[in-house]
Amino acid sequence: MEAEAHSVANRRAQNGIRYAPVPTVVLFIATAALLLAACHKTEENAPGGTAATGSAASVAKADAPFVVGFVYVGPKGDYGYNQAHAQGAAAVAAMPGVKVREEENVPETVAVQKTMESMVELDGASILFPTSFGYFDPHILKIADKYPKVSFLHCGGLYQEGKHPKNVGSYFGYIDEAQYVAGIVAGLTTKSNKLGFVAAKPIPQVLRNINSFTLGARSVNPKATTSVVFTGDWSLPVKEAEAANSMADQGVDVLTMHVDSPKVVVETAERRGIFVSGYHADQSTLAPKGYLTGAEWNWAKIYTDYVNWVKAGQSYPHLLRGGLKEGFVKLSPYGPAVSDIAKSRADAAKAKLMEGTLIIYSGPLKDNTGKVVIPAGTNRPQTDIELEKMNYLVEGVVGKIPS
Amino acid sequence: MNALDQATGGLWALPLALLGGALRVSPPYLFVSLGECLTEKSGRINLGQEGTLILGAMIGYGASFVTGSPWAGVLAAGIVGLVLGTVHAVLCALPRVNDIAVGIALMLFGIGLAFFIGKPLIQPTAPRLPSLSLGAWSESAAVRSALQVNILFLLGIATAFAMRFLFERTRWGLVLRVVGESSDAARAMGYDVPRVRLIATALGGCLASMGGSLLSLYYPGSWNEGLSSGQGLMAVALVIFARWDPVRCLWASLLFGGAGALGPALQSVGINAAYNLIATAPYVLTLVIMLATSSASRTLVGQPAEITVGR
Amino acid sequence: MLSRELRRAAESALLPLGALTVSLALFGVFVTLAGANALDVYYQMYRGSFATSFSLQNTLLRAAPLMLTALCTAIPASLGLVVIGGEGALVLGALAAVIAAHALSTANPWVVLTAMALAGAAAGGAWIGLAGALRTFRGVNETISTLLLNYIAIGLFKHFVEGPMRDPASLNKPSTRPIGEANALGPVPGTDVHWGFVYGLVACFVAFVLMRRTVFGFAAQMVGGNVRAALLSGLPVHRLVLIACALAGATAGLAGMAEVAAVHGTANASLIVGYGYTGVLVAFLARFHPLAIVPVSILVGGIGASGGLLQRTAHLPDATVNVLEGILFIVILASETLRGRILGPDALESEPKPTAELKPASAPTPEVSPAPSGETKRAVG
Repeated sequence: MEAEAHSVANRRAQNGIRYAPVPTVVLFIATAALLLAACHKTEENAPGGTAATGSAASVAKADAPFVVGFVYVGPKGDYGYNQAHAQGAAAVAAMPGVKVREEENVPETVAVQKTMESMVELDGASILFPTSFGYFDPHILKIADKYPKVSFLHCGGLYQEGKHPKNVGSYFGYIDEAQYVAGIVAGLTTKSNKLGFVAAKPIPQVLRNINSFTLGARSVNPKATTSVVFTGDWSLPVKEAEAANSMADQGVDVLTMHVDSPKVVVETAERRGIFVSGYHADQSTLAPKGYLTGAEWNWAKIYTDYVNWVKAGQSYPHLLRGGLKEGFVKLSPYGPAVSDIAKSRADAAKAKLMEGTLIIYSGPLKDNTGKVVIPAGTNRPQTDIELEKMNYLVEGVVGKIPS
Repeated sequence: MNALDQATGGLWALPLALLGGALRVSPPYLFVSLGECLTEKSGRINLGQEGTLILGAMIGYGASFVTGSPWAGVLAAGIVGLVLGTVHAVLCALPRVNDIAVGIALMLFGIGLAFFIGKPLIQPTAPRLPSLSLGAWSESAAVRSALQVNILFLLGIATAFAMRFLFERTRWGLVLRVVGESSDAARAMGYDVPRVRLIATALGGCLASMGGSLLSLYYPGSWNEGLSSGQGLMAVALVIFARWDPVRCLWASLLFGGAGALGPALQSVGINAAYNLIATAPYVLTLVIMLATSSASRTLVGQPAEITVGR
Repeated sequence: MLSRELRRAAESALLPLGALTVSLALFGVFVTLAGANALDVYYQMYRGSFATSFSLQNTLLRAAPLMLTALCTAIPASLGLVVIGGEGALVLGALAAVIAAHALSTANPWVVLTAMALAGAAAGGAWIGLAGALRTFRGVNETISTLLLNYIAIGLFKHFVEGPMRDPASLNKPSTRPIGEANALGPVPGTDVHWGFVYGLVACFVAFVLMRRTVFGFAAQMVGGNVRAALLSGLPVHRLVLIACALAGATAGLAGMAEVAAVHGTANASLIVGYGYTGVLVAFLARFHPLAIVPVSILVGGIGASGGLLQRTAHLPDATVNVLEGILFIVILASETLRGRILGPDALESEPKPTAELKPASAPTPEVSPAPSGETKRAVG
């Protein structure tokens, strides 16, 4: 039996071979070697090439437009995270003598390294804004070392002095301040005292938003509670719609969210006839009746500042953070359903935050299991690094951090 | 308030959430699996349904936006589905062409095309399909919202029963089944096998595409690039799971919709643990059921013999 | 005899090249309809994929994981199985590699990397082997089971990465603890391309030898040709299926290990970008021939690499490359009908086609699916 199979196999071998074996193998090895050699050979020219491009770029800079590159992890028109950045990019594009190059849907893999390199080499970019959090380590760090003359400005605030190269900077906004104010509006608008939060992943920045929103709501309405549903990822429209619907089923009448594209949650809320507070960008056109306000980024300010600094050759802050006071974040205009009382309370809180007299995270603060997370007498202003490690949900939040 | 309202906050919360979720999430599964069931009954597998679904979702949304009528969107999606199904059938009719590979190719092409054309549609809001309030009798808001269904879903249910009737009681259904069981026998009886398969595949694509339009025009009711979570592909598994019977496709779709809604439903009543694992519930369910119902020695009961699926 | 061989070889080269040309032409029509200048698009694609050393390296970098994940589909194809589980095997391989790296954290980097590779291969092999077992012992269709296993693997991966294996320092982008700088898989000296590319080349070569030149390979082809005849000849069909699936999973698991060691240094959600599904496309385009996988991977890598320039200079959306891939796939499939017809009247015998001929084999194969892609990108916002 086996022998038969073997001889059948032999016959097959004689008739079924498409390529003569030896030339194939040789061709294969030769091609592989050639390809790698091609990389190597032209790589030898590359260091000289890069320097040449670099100096050529700096010479040409005087008359050629200043090129700024933006990299987005999702689509630019997503009514959310990426759109907020794109709006900032549009502000940069409006600056005189500045040209903007954008690429969207770039995943957090080598692809972004190559995109950045390509923007430097082929487009001659002098500043790059890779806007997704996950681009920083290792991607930006690798490319930044390769192009010391180009500035890499990352959204996320991970820069560490001394550890990271000088041509890298990071910025972020304390959007949770805006969520706090939005929470005040929500707390005064809710009739059922049940608020809802559709969250992507339980990471500190998301938890901080949940907590700030809840603290804001409870500062004016101590009976308010916030239910949280984690969808598991940044962009899962069906799960987000499900989360919104199931919370509405539970009696929640004000929703907010922290996902990449709030469009689905906002539209679902409007259809269910409940209120919604937006995030990232202004979604009021999607929910003309139910949109209360929203926590928005104001990247345009940061971006135009950076471009001006780099263009003038000035040194820029490597770790740039700010909230309402610095104009890095803002609130959407109030919707028609917001009462005057809510407006005045919210405006008052906003003013205090701008002055710096209102500390959101001050002790004593308990989490929703009863544990004290900020002891009495301790204040944690927005710049406090401890807040970046947040791993709890404050009292008033219904739900647990999934383990 | 009334007893049910109080109760819905407690014991009934989870089942209602699951029911509501099942009714919301299952219509695309239903339509795509019915379409695939029709195609497979004729003896051909169409793996491109995922592409048809997404392209249908995009075209439906776009047509609704441009014309202002969501029904025009559904119609447009149906036409696109017919076209894609026809392309699939034509390609498969070429000699030496592997129909599984064609399905995958069309899926890839359909998705790429949908994302390409659909870029300007991510922002705008298109008019959506109306829903029917089956729970209007209840005083409980939770019950009312759980029983919101879409008219097309009801049409889909009717279609499922109609298809079963078609397969079992009509002449055309008989022809279809013969073509699916043995193309040789069908040819011997004088039926035009390629033509029957073309019609079945085209109609199957039409149904799948309309299912896709439900995603963008009803639930979640928006167009973006993450809209599908693999419904088109799962539909093929669903059809096997349903043993090629349209009415069982209906139950299977509801089961899937419920399983998909399990994660958010549990969280909304406070159960947060291991949500990543819970999210795999529909897939584990399918795998377990396939394991339980497959056998190494027999072909699956109800499988059209021309299909090269289970052994 | 020789001229027949030559004819067949020539046809094997001409058909794909012809299909490629036709695809590019159709693509040109498509972009023209979309409002772009087709010639400019061609130029940008060339510029972005092969024109400069930088572009070429970009292409090779993208091709690296594809070669390995394509093998995950190509190897079982000889047996008539349509496996699409590359994605799941890749992520589990990555997870296993990280576990191995942590377990051996203080050892010599060579030891660590070898252990990582073995662990990755083992995890991937076990996963697809499971699908193979389900198929051969219970008749569960392998295409659907590997599709389902993909989703399950991704769920498991995310559960562990965001939970028990999470690095406390990776606050806003849940990742495992890093494997350490010393253990990183570096670039091939003088280039930017990491050693994962060489893994792919070697794996394709080994697969070629295994599946086309050994008794194992011919036995596998017999199973793919006619299962009943194989059984009657006494071939150990169960064992062959299991081994083939295990090997397939091992290559994809190796791809996961390479991505961890060479690119990320840790395991996190950035690994879930669809390499597995693109590998399925490559395998089909290469008609499951392991050596052909190399040029096809490079082609597909090049198409992907040029996407950036298409966005920035031709102002076409990123989905354009998907459209081209779809067109390419369809045209190549359609060109199969011409095989054996254009260069000679005799019907030239073809390689056993895994899925076309056989009743018992095959199954529906979902392929390049965007389904998992929702999770590919982003963190924080």
